Amino acid sequence: MEFVRNLPFICIVSALSTGVISSVLKPRVAKLLSFLLISGSCIASVLVLAYTMQTGEAFVYSMGHFPAPWGNEIRAGVMEGVMALFFSVIMLLSLLGGEKYLKVDIEASKQNLYFVLVDLLLSSLLALVYTNDLFTAYVFVEINTIAAGGLIMVRSNGHSMLAATKYMIMSLLGSGLLLIGISLQYDLTGHLLMSNIQQAVGELAAQGEYAMPLTVIIGLISVGIAIKSALFPFHAWLPDAYGYSTASSAAILSSLVSKAYLFLLIKIIYRVIGTEVFWDSKITNVFFVLGVAGMLFGSVSANKETDMRRMIAFSSVAQIGYIYMGLGFGTQLGVTAAVFHIFSHAATKSMLFVACRGLSEVSGNWKEFSELKGSGYRNKIAGAAFTVGALSMVGVPLFAGFISKLFLTSAALETVSLKMAIALIILAISTVLNALYFIRAVISIYTPRNEKYQDSTFRPGITFCAGMVCFIFINFALGLASNPLIKAIEQGLRMFS
Amino acid sequence: MLKNLFANYYEAVSIILFGIGFTTLLLNRNMIKKIMGLNIMDTAIYLFLAAKGYIFGRKVPIVSGDVPEPENYINPIPSGLVLTGIVVSVSVTAIMLSLTIRLYRRYRTLDIDEITRLIKEEK
Amino acid sequence: MKPRSDYERSLWRRLVRFVDGEMPEAAKLHAGESGRNGTGKKSTGSGAEPLPEQEDKRERHRRLERAHEKEAASMLERYRNWPKEHGVRIFGRLYAVAAVMLCLIIIVTLLVTVSYLPEFGQSDNPNNNEVVERYNAHGLEETGATNAVAGMILDYRAFDTLGESHVLFIAACCVMILLRLDDTKDRKRAEEENDRLYEPKNDKILQLAAKILVPVIILFGIFVILNGHLSPGGGFSGGAIIGAGLILYVNAFGFEKAGRIMNRKNYAVISVVPLLFYAVAKSYSFYTGANHLESGIPKGVPGAILSGGLILPLNICVGIVVACTMYHFYTLFRKGGM
Repeated sequence: MEFVRNLPFICIVSALSTGVISSVLKPRVAKLLSFLLISGSCIASVLVLAYTMQTGEAFVYSMGHFPAPWGNEIRAGVMEGVMALFFSVIMLLSLLGGEKYLKVDIEASKQNLYFVLVDLLLSSLLALVYTNDLFTAYVFVEINTIAAGGLIMVRSNGHSMLAATKYMIMSLLGSGLLLIGISLQYDLTGHLLMSNIQQAVGELAAQGEYAMPLTVIIGLISVGIAIKSALFPFHAWLPDAYGYSTASSAAILSSLVSKAYLFLLIKIIYRVIGTEVFWDSKITNVFFVLGVAGMLFGSVSANKETDMRRMIAFSSVAQIGYIYMGLGFGTQLGVTAAVFHIFSHAATKSMLFVACRGLSEVSGNWKEFSELKGSGYRNKIAGAAFTVGALSMVGVPLFAGFISKLFLTSAALETVSLKMAIALIILAISTVLNALYFIRAVISIYTPRNEKYQDSTFRPGITFCAGMVCFIFINFALGLASNPLIKAIEQGLRMFS
Repeated sequence: MLKNLFANYYEAVSIILFGIGFTTLLLNRNMIKKIMGLNIMDTAIYLFLAAKGYIFGRKVPIVSGDVPEPENYINPIPSGLVLTGIVVSVSVTAIMLSLTIRLYRRYRTLDIDEITRLIKEEK
Repeated sequence: MKPRSDYERSLWRRLVRFVDGEMPEAAKLHAGESGRNGTGKKSTGSGAEPLPEQEDKRERHRRLERAHEKEAASMLERYRNWPKEHGVRIFGRLYAVAAVMLCLIIIVTLLVTVSYLPEFGQSDNPNNNEVVERYNAHGLEETGATNAVAGMILDYRAFDTLGESHVLFIAACCVMILLRLDDTKDRKRAEEENDRLYEPKNDKILQLAAKILVPVIILFGIFVILNGHLSPGGGFSGGAIIGAGLILYVNAFGFEKAGRIMNRKNYAVISVVPLLFYAVAKSYSFYTGANHLESGIPKGVPGAILSGGLILPLNICVGIVVACTMYHFYTLFRKGGM
């Protein structure tokens, strides 16, 4: 067996162990280890991706001496490789960009614990990407939830504490629904391994047995994950959680944590329930309606916000709505568009959060637009990154957001006429609203009026610049050369079934 | 259908408990009661799983004698899942309680709406 | 040059305000409007002397207008205050009703689902399949553990359990972030504020009871851990028992005495080393298993203490971690760390 097959498992376990060791190390060493770990995971993911692309099929790796239905198992294909690579890269850049602010936002004696959380979060993300077992997924969902809660509460002021409480409550509701869903499906199928469940569910659906429990199970699991990934009516925790945590945390939460749940949902659709059964159930319509509602609601709320961080957070609600709309089409093209939107949104949103922190740093740590005026001149790199991010979010050609909107539109054109009409109209409205608030933000940061905060000695810092430049590069790369990625997504989705 | 419901009375009870816990967690304003709701919800799931593992007339899966006979033992998988679930629930409860302590120390109330109001005023 | 009086309402000004993130406030607009009306009236008033009856009419008209405005203002006021005065109460009631309704909907849906599920306790249910059969039939020879549950969680499905012990660890980290007091000044202040931290270290009854009970409890915990692969129990339950014993000890004899063994430095070592050993041991077994190599770990004689391959050492590791974490939770909740 080739050594490269061991890499996913080595990444997960070494992330766990690095987290454990970091808890007794000095913050500097913990940070260094964390960066090393994430870079290593990037390289490993590239190797896994290259290997699976070359062989053209997914491989399973049994965790222990016992084969699949008895022991645990992880599975890696093109999709998993792309996701793992992407998560590692975004996490690395978010940490790099926000590294400078960790010292300000977190108590000195607890900084190493931040990196413990980051390491364990990475391990749970990778495990969620690679897992082939529903119960393993549940365990790592819990690690993910707790680590994300920790990332919010690590900045110990009243706002972030309350935000963490709200986040934990909603996430635990989601976990509860997910767990009861898994228990119910275990009762029906007798399996926890994804491929076996898919087989059993297919047989049950073909025989027409247990139709009602099956629908309820699909509903429970979907709603559980939807709560955790902040789909529209369940988004109450999101603006606070993203708005009041430290910059790196907000970037990681918005671009990785919620996206990992979305990826898990896609994996469940394809590998646990099976696309045919899932598309047949009415849950896709629910996704579609809620996604569309979320797009409108998120954009309108973002328009009303005067706080830049919270505006970006509300924009996340809208973008999650885009992804669920893509899933709600119930077609292969819709899922491809949704997955691409996961990528483009994650790359853009994390950049926006970090850039926003850079802008507010030169404006007396305020986040209101009235104070941020002219900050684009004071912190040039953050201003440039914010502009790129805003243009990408609006969907201007050349940027990542344009491609994903294009794909969502072409996916919409393939569906039934009612869905198509609604999707196109809402896409248009949402784009206009996006443009309104993001252009407002860009104009605001380039209005040269605010003389209050003139500090000619300000230097953005090498890590911040590096992070921002890489983010901008990724955004252009996704916008200009999206074809390889889309091919990989399509190949990955084919490997899923 | 109703007959089946009575036959599955363990599951039915655990589902009722789950609903109660879920609603308490979602809709109660008091933090401590929310945490209690969380624990009720988790416990309900464990009861459900434990009930799913049982088979009439069989023993705990602790193998005795030289020749193990699989027909003598209940299903060990749900027990393992419950064990995992309990550990997760303990961890989450500890975190929620410590969050409550921090919020209470600062705002001297357990009502989450009241805390939200106080934090808004603070700004 | 006179500035344009409707500048505040012009499109450009509104756009600027929007860009600045200022909210168009209803009150502000209202004020601007009435001011403009006032100036308009003044200019007409100065132009021509009004006739008395006209004056009277105008006066009445103005009074009416003012009363109207007042009413409108009070309506606005009431509208604004409504959520504070009535809204909360009505909302509270609606909330309660919604809570009960939601609870009922969830329960009814799930009850209907349950009524369709396979019947309780039957041996031909779908979950009693080949997986269970192998666990029960070959578990003993494959894992060396008499307790099939221990064999399952620590050998067959060990990856889940690896994640699970890290859940406990990360929870301890989060609680540390929230509650650990590092500054000695902070600790002293917390001690002065909170009289629950006062420790009477001469409670004879408690101390005598603890002296008798603590060794027994801890011994029992160790027994449960060491027999985890042979009888009900294992690392998690045994660890919790030991943790309870430690908490009783610290309550009876105070933190100072307990701190001689369970201090921060020792805690760091005894929580990290078992977890690392766990991860390394399991990685070895995952690696050998996936690459089809012999693990070379003896299974031992079934039923003996030294049997079950890695299960016994892993149980010990888990037990230590759980005991430490439980004790650590207690100290963090009580006084912000050891």
